[in-house]
Amino acid sequence: MPDTSATQPEETSGADSRTSNPPGPPGEVLRPVPFRGGGFAPRRIGVVGWILFTVILLLWELGSRTGVISQLTLPAPSEALTAFADLVRSGLLWRHLEASLSRLLVGWFFGALLGITVGFAIGLFSLARAGMVPLVAAIFPIPKIALLPLFIVWFGIGEESKVAVILFGTFFPTVISTYGGVDNVDRSLIRMGQSFGLRRFSIIWKIILPGALPAILSGMRISASIAIILLVAAEMIGAEFGIGAYVMQAGNLMATDQLVAGVAVLSVFGLTVSWLIGRAERYLLRWRS
Amino acid sequence: MDLKVDSLSHRYGEMPVLEDIDLHIESGQIVCVIGPSGCGKSTLLRLIGGLERPTAGRVLQLGDPPDGCLNPLTYIFQDFALLPWRTVRGNISLVLEDHGFRGRRADAIIDDVLARTKLSDFKAAYPRQLSGGMKQRVAIARALAVKPAVFLMDEPLSALDSQTRELLMDDLIGLWLRETFTAVYVTHNLNEAVRLGHKIVVLSRRPGRIREIVDIDTPLGTREIGDPALRDRQQHLWNLMREEALAADRELADA
Ligand SMILES: Nc1ncnc2c1ncn2[C@@H]1O[C@H](COP(=O)(O)OP(=O)(O)O)[C@@H](O)[C@H]1O
Ligand SMILES: [Mg+2]
Repeated sequence: MPDTSATQPEETSGADSRTSNPPGPPGEVLRPVPFRGGGFAPRRIGVVGWILFTVILLLWELGSRTGVISQLTLPAPSEALTAFADLVRSGLLWRHLEASLSRLLVGWFFGALLGITVGFAIGLFSLARAGMVPLVAAIFPIPKIALLPLFIVWFGIGEESKVAVILFGTFFPTVISTYGGVDNVDRSLIRMGQSFGLRRFSIIWKIILPGALPAILSGMRISASIAIILLVAAEMIGAEFGIGAYVMQAGNLMATDQLVAGVAVLSVFGLTVSWLIGRAERYLLRWRS
Repeated sequence: MDLKVDSLSHRYGEMPVLEDIDLHIESGQIVCVIGPSGCGKSTLLRLIGGLERPTAGRVLQLGDPPDGCLNPLTYIFQDFALLPWRTVRGNISLVLEDHGFRGRRADAIIDDVLARTKLSDFKAAYPRQLSGGMKQRVAIARALAVKPAVFLMDEPLSALDSQTRELLMDDLIGLWLRETFTAVYVTHNLNEAVRLGHKIVVLSRRPGRIREIVDIDTPLGTREIGDPALRDRQQHLWNLMREEALAADRELADA
């Protein structure tokens, strides 16, 4: 029963207005206990994101058409769409995508693989921990793109140096999240495994790996974003094809419509990766929900 | 297979936890270990099961484990220790896989232990879907699956509410009556000790020493809740424990 008088000062909420309530001692005011719980439990509301996104695009288009947003500052979304259509029709989109995706996948895959391996070594062996933890702490904060010239000297101007930057950049966050996850695996479960005489490999594969998986997957989310940032940076510095190269060329020609189209493709990249990891999480961590 | 604990002592750093424990665990008997909290009961159990090395003394096996035994010394933990990412079936198959039991041979064992613990309908459930009592049943089923020579139970019912505890105690007695097993059963609950124990070992406060070993001759199957003989035993145990518990409590408060 919603009771509006609950918010009124007590003098006005006379006892006679609530004769249906159990009677108290005469002269005492009866008030419901104020509700203090609730909240802190965000729900999934799917449509809100889409609506906000559409509204922003519409306002932007409107601003461009009415001249509030000058053509020089920012092209209208419709122009960027036209630029994108040109890109598709010329067939160049696929070449750019192919170049970018292959660099991204190879770099990220091997960076994550090596990172998980080293993270496990740190989580399991004292020697690896003593040696690698300070090393990781020293190298992690370096912006990896600063090392690209060095990689070009080592691996040449081709694909290898770009892949190396992405690999290097995703390796460190993966190491950190993996060994954090291994450290956080419930020791009583490991003790249980030992008490049943499980082999060391079984304990690692069946107890530690699944226990560390939530942390590893959230590390993947971070490393995927880092990989996309590094991919674009590396392509901007030196590549013929790739979304980063396309954006760079557009920028050099002051073709802002193409630039916005390229940036939108990158944003779709990010969304796709995040969606894929979300799916992987929902499948691999279905025991949690 | 019997177990013999031979002048066992243990210390953590400078702190002695157990001193000179001698104990004979006879096949087919349930030995209850009681003592105030922090006196080293869990430590004793870890030493008996070989999860930790004692500072002095040793634990000996007398005779061979029974045929078909996969893991002679098997624990049942207070916090159940079930893998949350495996179903009830998966949690039991976990301890069989390394012994080469897979597929149909594993299923035969799993179905048998689930039937004995009345869990057959919960094979596909995840631990988070089960109540505390059910989770501990799964842990008991998992322990039964490896046909242990000795069960090592560390306060297995302490995380459960008192009604569930009564039900599980009845289940444990039922399991023992159908097929006797050997167990070391650590508890701080005197009622559990007199209901389940053939022998009750009373430890002093830290460092844990054996104060007294009380035998209870009433057969397990005929122990009633209101039995005067058992009440006397329980009163006697409480008299032994009372001052130790009081002193242990003060020590913790000082620390
Ligand atoms: N791994 C450990 N390292 C140091 N001290 C420990 C360790 N395990 C237990 N202790 C200490 O040993 C004492 C006995 O612990 P425990 O065997 O768990 O007692 P109980 O199970 O009887 O309550 C306690 O004071 C506890 O703090
Ligand atoms: Mg304990």
